[in-house]
Formats: sequence, structure tokens, C-alpha cells
Amino acid sequence: MASPAVHGLSAELADGQFIGLIGHTGSGKSTFVQLLNGLLRPSSGRILYNSEDVWGQKYDRKKLRAEVGLVFQYPEHQLFEADVLTDVCFGPRNMGLSAEEQKERALAALRQVKLDESCYAMSPFELSGGQKRRAAIAGVLAMQPKVLILDEPTAGLDPRGRDEIYDLISGMHRELGITILLVSHSMDDVAKYMDRILVMNGGVIACDGTPKEVFSRVRELEEMGLAAPQISYIMRHLQEQGIPVRTDALTVEEAAREILRRLPGKRDTAAER
Amino acid sequence: MILTKGLIHNYTKKDDEGNTLSVIRALDGVDIEVKAGEFVAILGHNGSGKSTLAKHINALLYPSGGEVWVDGMNTEDAEKLWEIRQRAGMIFQNPDNQIIGQIVEEDVGFGPENLGVPTQEIRERVDESLKAVGMLEYREKSPNRLSGGQKQRVSIAGVIAMHPGCIIMDEPTAMLDPSGRKEVIRAARALNDVERITILLITHYMEEVIYASRVIVMDGGRIAMQGTPREVFSHVEKLKALHLDVPAATELAYILKKNGLALPDGILTKEELAAALKPYFSASGQESEQGEHVNPGREC
Repeated sequence: MASPAVHGLSAELADGQFIGLIGHTGSGKSTFVQLLNGLLRPSSGRILYNSEDVWGQKYDRKKLRAEVGLVFQYPEHQLFEADVLTDVCFGPRNMGLSAEEQKERALAALRQVKLDESCYAMSPFELSGGQKRRAAIAGVLAMQPKVLILDEPTAGLDPRGRDEIYDLISGMHRELGITILLVSHSMDDVAKYMDRILVMNGGVIACDGTPKEVFSRVRELEEMGLAAPQISYIMRHLQEQGIPVRTDALTVEEAAREILRRLPGKRDTAAER
Repeated sequence: MILTKGLIHNYTKKDDEGNTLSVIRALDGVDIEVKAGEFVAILGHNGSGKSTLAKHINALLYPSGGEVWVDGMNTEDAEKLWEIRQRAGMIFQNPDNQIIGQIVEEDVGFGPENLGVPTQEIRERVDESLKAVGMLEYREKSPNRLSGGQKQRVSIAGVIAMHPGCIIMDEPTAMLDPSGRKEVIRAARALNDVERITILLITHYMEEVIYASRVIVMDGGRIAMQGTPREVFSHVEKLKALHLDVPAATELAYILKKNGLALPDGILTKEELAAALKPYFSASGQESEQGEHVNPGREC
């Protein structure tokens, strides 16, 4: 039984990008991200990190896994230490850092994910769902990765928890300048936050571009079991109903601006000026 | 069908000696009545008590105070336990944790088999249940080969095969991709429409709530809001204060209203939004057309 999960896939992720990875269940997303940090070995083809073949003879894959941090789905299931701080120290400890360095990095990571100091000494199991998720992300951040891969980091969180995690990740991208690849099933979220989207289908990259480029191909996305963000269906419907709006808005705010701009009254004043 | 009276639930944390360390009140006096055939959506942020409530209806938890009645049976009546669980089936978030059979039809037959249903009838029930969720053609497949949405529909078929009066779905689409979400919600609506099965849907996706006959919003273990989707989503500010989203069309209408457009409250769908916006564009659209005709005239 060897139908490849990923085959003939070529993609280049540049430093500092914030990339969304979408695709239906079974499209190969998880296989792809595990290949990226050396958890899986390609059956053929190569993975280059900073131009070096990560499966080359002398390549230090342990170092790769620290530099390319992977946050799995439901990462809070992997919290296991007695208290939050010790749990976050686990990664740096594995890297062979001294006790002080471990703690220093762990504290920095916990501050980065905005987990309240009162939580540090608590058992991970006493935290709320959103807090657990942040503690788990801190565990990966403490290794100070240059690339951070997150597999559905907001699954199962409520709208507030989701917004908090996205704000956090966007903030890390901005402030730490790390490259982020984020797997999501929410078209609305990737449209709102990412500057590049990769679409996987049948083990290959079917589409690669800015959110506007990718989501203009609604038909194709739907054929792949995906969709466009809610707002783009609304704008399309308005246009079909004779309301003269562009249909490429990706957020509700952008859509509102577009409708207001097209209001006949507004158009007249614009023309007068 | 479902009735809760002053339902209270405390999660008690105890130390090794059994001394109470802390008590968290997850439900704080909840009164709900769900009539047979309703489609009720339950919203609320994490920790608001939604899932605790769901588990009470399925007799997975027992009240710390108050009562829960399912089809006239008190959930604390130990003798009725299995009948209650058969009447009120439950679907959870993760499809992979709910499927046990090696073959789809075997999995769906598990429930009725446990109820002691005769073999011939099990076959019939399995077929009709798989048909109801549009999975009949996959009956002989291995569940491992199915997509998330398909697995979740098999789970639902497994519940239907027990002939429940009500299905409680606790975030059934949280782990699914867009088409999987659509499949599951379509199946839930069809069960409600066609089979008249009462549905209680817990979700964070507002677009899944639009079609419910009633929406209950939970906060801090209590009911914070209740009404038709239109009534509830008319209160955008209040929902935002409760850290909830509103459907995209509702939010867009809300922003446009803040910018001076006189749109009605409670717009839920793109169709309603288009209908409400049309007058702005058609009436003045004609004016500006006339304007364009007039202007060149003046020039001459």
C-alpha cells in the first residue's frame, strides 16, 4: 500500500514570511510539515534548509528540529511536567543548555505568549484551554526557532481564544521576525492574517499566492473541498444582485469600506472633488 | 423532550485524602425547555458551561442541584439510564475517538446491537441510518479511509441507528475542513427536517447557527441570551461583549449601519443583506444615470 501522501512537491519558503497552508483532510498537509522539520524522511526528493540537504550525511537534524519548531495539533495534549515552567524548559534542556539558560529562555517564551506569571508554578492541567495552548506554544518558542510551524493552532478554541492566538502569532512574526507556516481549516482566518497562502491538494501544491490571488479562484478551491472566506461569498452575491462592488474583499472591514465607497451619494461627492 | 430546572453543576477538586480543595460552579441555575422537533443551537465561549450542559442531557453527569428530564425521565433515575442515553444520543468533536468498528456498517450497528435489537432489524436500521446521512455507498468501507466529515457522518448514523428522539452535537465540526463542515451541518438539518429528530448543536461557527429554530447563549454557567437567530444576532454589541462572533453578513450590516446606512436589525444572510442594500443603489443609481445625461446637455 504505497500511495504517496506527498509527491513531486516543490515549494520555497523565504525567511520572514507568514504563510498559511490550507487543504482538505488527507491532502498531505501534515505529511508536508513533518517533512519540513525532519520528522519524516522523503522517499525521494530533497528538503533544503538554508541551501543544505537536511538528509545529507553529516547534517545535524537535532539542530534542525530546534531551529524549525513544530507545534502539533492540540499541543496541550503533550504537556506533561508537574508545573508550567518546567514543561517549557523541556525543549531547552533537550538542547543541552545550562539550567540558568533553560529558565531564562522559558521565562522569555512564557512572556512572549502572554501567559500570566501566576500560571508558571501551576500544573498545566489547571490552566484553561487557551492558556494550555499558549503554554504548549511557549514550549516550542523556548527553543528559539527561526521557523515556526503550527498545525491548526486554533482548533477547538472559541472566537476569543482564536483571536488571541492569532494576535500572538502575528506579534511573534512581527517582533521576532521568524518565518511562520500555519496550517488552518478556517479560510476566514488565513485570509485575514497571512501574506501568502499555499493550497495543497492530492499531495502537491495546487495554488500559491497572496490571499487575494488564491481566493479569487473560488471554483477550484471548492472542487478541492475548500472554500473562500464567508465575506467573499457575500460580496459575490451583492454583485450578482446588481450592486456594483468589487468582490475581492477578504475581511468584513474591507468589504464595508468597498460598499460605502460605491454608494451612489459618495460617488457623486468623489466626482465633484 | 428536554427539560432542566434550576440545574447546577459543581466540579469539585479534592486532594488525596478526599478533602475538598476547590469547587467550580460550571452551571449555575439553568432552566431550559427543548420541545420535540426543535433545532437549538448553543453558543458560549470556552468555559461557559455548554459542554457540561450537554453531558447532563446524556446522563454523563448528574446535577449538583436541580433536575434534568429527558422524555419524561429524570436523569438521576438509575433504572432509566440506558433508555435516556438511547433517547438522547451524543456526538463529540473528534471523529476518530468515536468510531470503533472495522467496517462502516459494523460501527453503525454497534449501538442497536448493544440494545439487543434482533439481527434483521439491525440491518434495516444500519441501512436507513447510513442513508439518512448520505453514507450508504460507504457501508463496506473501512472508517480509516474516510475523510473527517465522512467519519463524523458515520458517527451520526451510529446514533440514529439507536432511534433517538434527540441528538446532542458538541462541536461536531471543530476538527473538519470546510466541505466536511458543510456535510455534517447538511446532515444535521436533514435529520431535523425529514426525520423530525430534535437537534442540540453546540458550535463556535456562527454560520451554522443561522438555520436553528432557537439560539441559547451561555455565559458563566447561566443563560445569557435566548431567542431566534434573528433576535439574538440583533444584539451585536452584547455578543461581542460575551466574546462571540456574529455571522459575516450580520457583522457587515452592523458596520454599515454604524456608518449611517439605515439597515434593519438582525440581518443573517447574504440574501437579506442584498435585499436591504438594493434600495440604496437602485434609486440613486437611476438619479446618477439621469445626472450623466443632463450634464452633457448643459455643456451644449
